[in-house]
Amino acid sequence: MNAARVGVVTFPGTLDDQDAARAVRLAGAEAVPLWHADHDLKGVDAVFLPGGFSYGDYLRCGAISRFSPLMDELIPAARAGLPVLGTCNGFQILCEAHLLPGALTRNEGLHYICRDQGIRVENNGTAWTADFETGQEITLPVKHGEGRYVADADTLAELEGSGRVVFRYVGGNPNGSLNDIAGITNEAGNIVGLMPHPEHAVEELTGAPSVDGRGFFTSILRKLVNA
Amino acid sequence: MARVIVDVMLKPEILDPQGQAIARALPRLGFSGVRDVRQGKRFEVEIEGEADEAALAEVRKMAETLLANTVIEDFTVRVER
Repeated sequence: MNAARVGVVTFPGTLDDQDAARAVRLAGAEAVPLWHADHDLKGVDAVFLPGGFSYGDYLRCGAISRFSPLMDELIPAARAGLPVLGTCNGFQILCEAHLLPGALTRNEGLHYICRDQGIRVENNGTAWTADFETGQEITLPVKHGEGRYVADADTLAELEGSGRVVFRYVGGNPNGSLNDIAGITNEAGNIVGLMPHPEHAVEELTGAPSVDGRGFFTSILRKLVNA
Repeated sequence: MARVIVDVMLKPEILDPQGQAIARALPRLGFSGVRDVRQGKRFEVEIEGEADEAALAEVRKMAETLLANTVIEDFTVRVER
């Protein structure tokens, strides 16, 4: 059996692509580098949109990246069911691209927050969360200045009512996100975005607060292998 | 050539912590009577030719597509005379 191939996208200003690729490899998949300027998804089975400051966060976080040549390919593929995970800046890009509803705005307290954060898994029915239990509390690093999730009342009610809030902050909301939302999914459950960083919590050696991030990568691998 | 101004503001219901910080700083600097401050963005778009209805429609499209995120922001378009 060939290894599952997970694409990791690099934009100018992306920071977490190397950690993401390493996490993919640790889980036993092949990490395929994807370049923002290419119209080419290289036939990958899933895509990881990592964090950082793509295009320097100019205009709004993710606003420029969302129109990159790679996104021209990724947006229709994701709509057609390709599993996509966006963390931090990746989550912002998914919202700017309207692959996920709502937006990420400036943290309520204006401070850039960098800390270990408790998160509750609210939905293990997505492509990226199957190896968690619903209700399980995990710890992942957060590091962002614009992570306050907002959406209008109707969208929020729809997300809550249909189980599309995938992660919620516990033990204190770091950024003022509405309903303590840390991550959401689309209707089909193949696209997930969250502000915390699973790719930074896969190895004890690096001083991560946990290895809880591994679950994201083992979840997608199991799904791809069984597909 | 004409200059078209696009003002982008967070929607009223969206929290603006930057505006709040400015509003809190003003009394400390001796400015009284400020009830609220909201911070936004102003774009000056220089276009070729006249700022006619077709050109303004094009700028509105730019604003919807890129300059503003209409999920959280409103925008206005006007010609600078």
